[in-house]
Amino acid sequence: MISQRIAEEVLQEAKRKGATEADLALVQNELVTVQVRFGEVETIRSAKEVGLGLRLFFGKRSATSSTSDLSRESLDRLVEDTVVLAKATAHDEFSGLPSPEELAKRFPELDLYDPEGETLTVKERITQAKEAEAAALAYDSRITNSEGADFSSNLYRIIYGSSQGFVGEYRGTTFSLAVTPIALSNGAMQRDYWYSFTRHLKDLESPEAIGRQAAERTVRRLGGKKIKTQEVPVVFDPETAASLMRTLCSAASGPSLYRGASFLIDRLGDRIAAEIVSVYDDGTMPGHLGSKPFDGEGLPTRRTAVMENGVLRSYLLDTYSARKLKLVPTGSAVRGIGDVPTVGATNFYLQAGPHDPADIIQSVDRGLYVTEMIGSGVNLVTGDYSRGAVGFWIEKGELAYPVEEITVAGNFKEMMLGIEMVGNDLTFRNGVVAPTLKIRRMTVAGH
Amino acid sequence: MTTQLVRPERFFLEKFGLTERHLERGLGAALGTQIDYADLYFEYRISEALSLEEGMIKRASKNISQGAGVRALAGEKTGYAFSDEISVENLELAGSRAKGIAERAGAGSPPPVRVGGPPPHDLYPVRIPPIEIPVEKKIDLLQRIDAIARKVDPRIVQVMGSFATEYKIVLVATSAGVMIGDIQPLSRLNITCIAQEGDNRQMGTCGGGGRVEFDFFFEDGRFDRYAREAARLAIVNLSAAHAPAGTMDVVLGPGWPGVLLHEAIGHGLEGDFNRKKTSAFTDRIGQRVASELVTVVDDGTIPFRRGSLNMDDEGTPTGRTILIERGILRGYMQDRLNARLMGMKPTGNGRRESYAFQPMPRMTNTFMLPGDSMPEEIIASVKRGLYAVTFGGGQVDITSGKFVFSASEAYLIEDGKITRPVKGATLIGHGPEVLTRVTMVGNDLKLDEGIGTCGKDGQMVPVGVGLPTIKVEGLTVGGTQSLTKGEIYLQ
Repeated sequence: MISQRIAEEVLQEAKRKGATEADLALVQNELVTVQVRFGEVETIRSAKEVGLGLRLFFGKRSATSSTSDLSRESLDRLVEDTVVLAKATAHDEFSGLPSPEELAKRFPELDLYDPEGETLTVKERITQAKEAEAAALAYDSRITNSEGADFSSNLYRIIYGSSQGFVGEYRGTTFSLAVTPIALSNGAMQRDYWYSFTRHLKDLESPEAIGRQAAERTVRRLGGKKIKTQEVPVVFDPETAASLMRTLCSAASGPSLYRGASFLIDRLGDRIAAEIVSVYDDGTMPGHLGSKPFDGEGLPTRRTAVMENGVLRSYLLDTYSARKLKLVPTGSAVRGIGDVPTVGATNFYLQAGPHDPADIIQSVDRGLYVTEMIGSGVNLVTGDYSRGAVGFWIEKGELAYPVEEITVAGNFKEMMLGIEMVGNDLTFRNGVVAPTLKIRRMTVAGH
Repeated sequence: MTTQLVRPERFFLEKFGLTERHLERGLGAALGTQIDYADLYFEYRISEALSLEEGMIKRASKNISQGAGVRALAGEKTGYAFSDEISVENLELAGSRAKGIAERAGAGSPPPVRVGGPPPHDLYPVRIPPIEIPVEKKIDLLQRIDAIARKVDPRIVQVMGSFATEYKIVLVATSAGVMIGDIQPLSRLNITCIAQEGDNRQMGTCGGGGRVEFDFFFEDGRFDRYAREAARLAIVNLSAAHAPAGTMDVVLGPGWPGVLLHEAIGHGLEGDFNRKKTSAFTDRIGQRVASELVTVVDDGTIPFRRGSLNMDDEGTPTGRTILIERGILRGYMQDRLNARLMGMKPTGNGRRESYAFQPMPRMTNTFMLPGDSMPEEIIASVKRGLYAVTFGGGQVDITSGKFVFSASEAYLIEDGKITRPVKGATLIGHGPEVLTRVTMVGNDLKLDEGIGTCGKDGQMVPVGVGLPTIKVEGLTVGGTQSLTKGEIYLQ
């Protein structure tokens, strides 16, 4: 079990060993995953895990360490090892904890925790997973196989403390239900999936709805064709549009910028996207998946306008990258247990626009509707973009037939400027989300 | 801690005050009348990472994790429970929870656990694990690399170097009465350079490592080569033109481009997907899936390699599995569960990221055996096409068989000659079919430098790949420059 007392003891030990500053995060997860396949339980995995991540400073030198062993003896040794490491690193004038006045003074109630997670039985989880899979299997006779359905949950608790006297703590829950059916037609198989991911059990989509949606998405992929290489308008559905937002978020992150590894360097105040594009990162939205009361360095989370009407307004910054870039931190520090704080999204979203997704598709005479992308062909330094895609060919405003084994390519900078329509279908089903988007022109490679 | 001469079984028994009797109690708790098999997996891992940017060591971290997982198997069902506190109470608790999960059944008799011998191989006899090398020496290495890379060209404006090493001790005790352990060192050096000319910024990355001693990075000037290569790549990309788009002949260079095999066929030949019949390769053993020039193996027994293991994470000795022999599909990679359910033999491919996960079939080092062609003759045979030599990662959809892998260094081939660099692009193909279009295989098999990490179901494990130079006819290249009237490049 983690506790604020452990945090205080480790910070004291760090001070005794001569550290000028220190901070740490303690994390506790209670994970349960149930997998069913063809109505039978295939796997149940359950565990409690804890971890402590420590950062020490000796003046402007610092090092981090982590352990899953919270015994007193192990923690004392961890502090000692970290001291040795910290003394070996370079003096870095930008390093150090945030200034005390920046730290969160009060912790807003963000509705992150659902006590129903404590009483939910394994049997109930199995039932939901079975129902979701059954709904998928019953949807269409071409659904012949299944990767199964998963119900996962996590009850977590996070404590952050620093030598400046800050101690904060919050709990949260997440629940997810996902189904992956497989369809067969003319000897060719296709799989797709659908899921629901929420903080509150009652907000999960019904197992039947998830199963049907997964099956519908799978069956519609059958008979996919390759198309010829050409430049056409491309419509991204909300799931794939969200992956464009993940790329934007990485490029707007302080560490990518000060390292010179982003195509957004020195672009604050510039028009970098079409005027209809506004993007926010908001960690304060009650009950949302990316929300939290304070970031990985104890700063309050906030709503940051990243882009407004196509103009780049802010980067996402932790304390170190903000100092490097001579800017103000945005409460975006994320702390993996084993690593130094870095920058991450909270609820990062492209604001919904006026268009019904059906109208967006209807606006395309000949083009591509993308529903899945694979591969990691994005170069953050240049913005060059090339990824495998699955989707539908649009002919005269209608989805004509499924396509596969193609790529979509362009440059991310031009793609952002080329956004012509923004859908009204934004839903916060994940931490990083977007509505349906239409991009004027991209290269589609096929035959 | 002194890491030399540690025997895994003694390490865990002494460190956590356990005895063979305690292990039997843990297994006994997991066993029931309907349980086919149970095992305990212990892991202790120390890792250290140092990174340099802007000419200074900015990050240093040390991480320690330890824990045990208990698994019970009944038919197709798996119960898995783990704890990061290793004690006899937790073993029994996890054991009974795993059993409760897999099957509600009566008490089984605890099996006798024997102190096992060493694993069957000794593939990485490391005298001094790199984790024990003083941190100053690692810092010195990174600083030398920074200086070398910057000296390559004044346009190199940023050098990021990292050295990461881990030392992992594992022990497996099974209900078949076997207890076997291993010590698994692993190190990786990575260098990324950014070059700038006007507004044009480009990146180049190189690195390597394995289950090696620290001296490995100094042998034959290896670190020097990595540094120069990362800088060279960044500089080459400054002059890269737009990549072509469309279907064309592609020549893959030797080594890391073997990521093609990993994505196109490797994952599809993992036992779990074939047992469930969700792989595009399901029921295709004995059928032709590649040209007869193609033989592909997965070999976990190559000394000192990143993807090698003395035993897998279920205690099965690793081996060499022939996946494709002269174009014919021969075998799958198996863990115990899937091998048993398919009536096949485990192949030593049951791997897991850590004690927090149950094992599943994973690759080790996957590569194509060399052929007869000279690399120059392969390039000379291409009228118009792409020569791709360095890659980022890839991904595959197991069920449809569609896979991608992304080139980060590529050149046009025009009239049999390499002409000029083009920007990276994603290549896409169909796994069960792409290797049938391999029409030339070089005599220059190379394994990668030791940089691969494979993700599956959220579990990351180190792997290796390898390839000789090969020619693949008609692969789709996802650049931005459409082919028009036989011309493949446009500014």
